[in-house]
Amino acid sequence: MKKEITFTLNNEKIMVEADPKWTLLYLLRDVLEMTGTKEGCGYGECGACTVIIDGKAVNSCLYPVMEAEGRNIVTIEGLMSRDGELDPLQKAFIDEGAVQCGFCIPGMIMSAKALLDGKKDPTDEDIKESIEGNLCRCTGYVKIIDAIKSVAGGR
Amino acid sequence: MGGSYEYYRPATIDEAMALMEGSGGNGVYIAGGTDVMVLIRQKKLAPACLISLRNIGELAYLETGGGLTVGSAVTHDEIAKNAFIQRSYSALADATKKVGSLQIRNVATMGGNICNAAPSADTACPLLVLDASARIAGKGGERVVPLDEFFLGPNKVALEKGEILKGFAMPAFGEGTGSAYIKHTRREAMDLPMLGVAARVTIRVEGSEVGCRDAMCTIDTISNILKRFEDEGLVCEDARIAMGVVAPRPMRAKKAEEALKGKVISEKLLGEIGEIAASEAQPRDSIRGEAWYRRDMIQVLTGRAILRAVDRVIRPDDVIWPQRLW
Ligand SMILES: Cc1cc2nc3c(=O)[nH]c(=O)nc-3n(C[C@H](O)[C@H](O)[C@H](O)COP(=O)(O)OP(=O)(O)OC[C@H]3O[C@@H](n4cnc5c(N)ncnc54)[C@H](O)[C@@H]3O)c2cc1C
Ligand code: FES
Ligand code: FES
Repeated sequence: MKKEITFTLNNEKIMVEADPKWTLLYLLRDVLEMTGTKEGCGYGECGACTVIIDGKAVNSCLYPVMEAEGRNIVTIEGLMSRDGELDPLQKAFIDEGAVQCGFCIPGMIMSAKALLDGKKDPTDEDIKESIEGNLCRCTGYVKIIDAIKSVAGGR
Repeated sequence: MGGSYEYYRPATIDEAMALMEGSGGNGVYIAGGTDVMVLIRQKKLAPACLISLRNIGELAYLETGGGLTVGSAVTHDEIAKNAFIQRSYSALADATKKVGSLQIRNVATMGGNICNAAPSADTACPLLVLDASARIAGKGGERVVPLDEFFLGPNKVALEKGEILKGFAMPAFGEGTGSAYIKHTRREAMDLPMLGVAARVTIRVEGSEVGCRDAMCTIDTISNILKRFEDEGLVCEDARIAMGVVAPRPMRAKKAEEALKGKVISEKLLGEIGEIAASEAQPRDSIRGEAWYRRDMIQVLTGRAILRAVDRVIRPDDVIWPQRLW
């Protein structure tokens, strides 16, 4: 039996009907057709599904959809401004060449975003901690860390 | 996506227990869900309903006056970043900091970690050495069980059906107490421990202060510092040692503890203590490591965990501490 839930998604209050057995990831990708958030493993191991819930990076593949009720959720789709301007983090990933196949990138950026929203001037250790749950099979992480650092430094 | 189930979000413990009773015991409590959601996806769990503990304020407390009490629904990240816990209950901060990834730590709870009773649960050894007891809410009210009696076997804990683990209580420890947890893994993040060792010691120096006395102290290795104390006698007054992934349940190394108590701490003694701890362990071969290797490493890591705990007493404010080798 579906239930109504209300929450804030990318700065807009929305109401949806959801089946209690869904995960938040299923709602985002398969129902709302917001496919920016990726599904890699489905088990909390890869971080491709990372979204920000009440300011914190969370694996949406392990998040019961009913827990979204009343919360503030941001996905990669929410980073671009209304007039199409990319977020500084998105720009930095492009400028630093931090993207190869791109599959891990939405999750990476959401993890980094959660970090920078909470801490303007993170240490290298903070940056590594923030993306320790995000697997990348292509880049070797160095340029990803460079990209995050370039924004953290306020460039 | 497998069978259907209801999802409840009670606001109080009583409400949650009533929902469990209403489900005829076929419901499942869910806190951070990092174990429950995985089991459901793997089709190893098919609950009639999920009863969420995430919105129950009574389970989310963290009190630091006269000891430490932590609600079962407090997340690993909250514990790891708490300055009081880092300083006074360091083993717990060591362990929670290393669970899974930040995304996992942002939702996963210590209650879930302990109720799951995996032999590899990272917070189990620290809680054992910190003399924690479990506060349990049931129909008849609250009962308190020492953690050592809470673990019954792999995935078996002393909770009756429908009971809720409210949290953990730990006593205040006197001057000269330090603790540490070492998680032995193949990679830095996102790995379950191949082995876990926690230690807590209370130390005293005959007729003088325990602590750094000169500038060299901040950069010296702990083994050199031990040598400096040796003639004065750095006496171990009280000790706890716990090991994970070496038996069907997390366990104390009680013979090793007894052998350490009352002795002057030296590198030689720590080698012997490690050997005793290794003899108490009953590790098995598994994909994460073979038994002989685990046994050898218990010996090494027990000594190291004790040294790290001692170091935290001698140099509590040390800034360069993460880079130091024990
Ligand atoms: C990718 C990944 C990495 C992980 N890495 C680690 C790791 O490094 N170290 C480690 O130890 N674990 C690890 N885990 C396992 C898990 O994250 C932890 O055990 C976590 O602490 C479980 O907490 P939870 O709140 O998510 O539990 P849940 O999944 O919500 O619950 C776990 C069990 O406890 C029961 N339960 C929970 N709270 C209560 C309560 N208050 N009263 C009664 N019963 C309760 C539930 O019914 C369930 O049976 C990992 C898991 C994943 C998915
Ligand atoms: S899809 Fe969620 S962590 Fe891999
Ligand atoms: S860019 Fe391909 S997985 Fe990261």
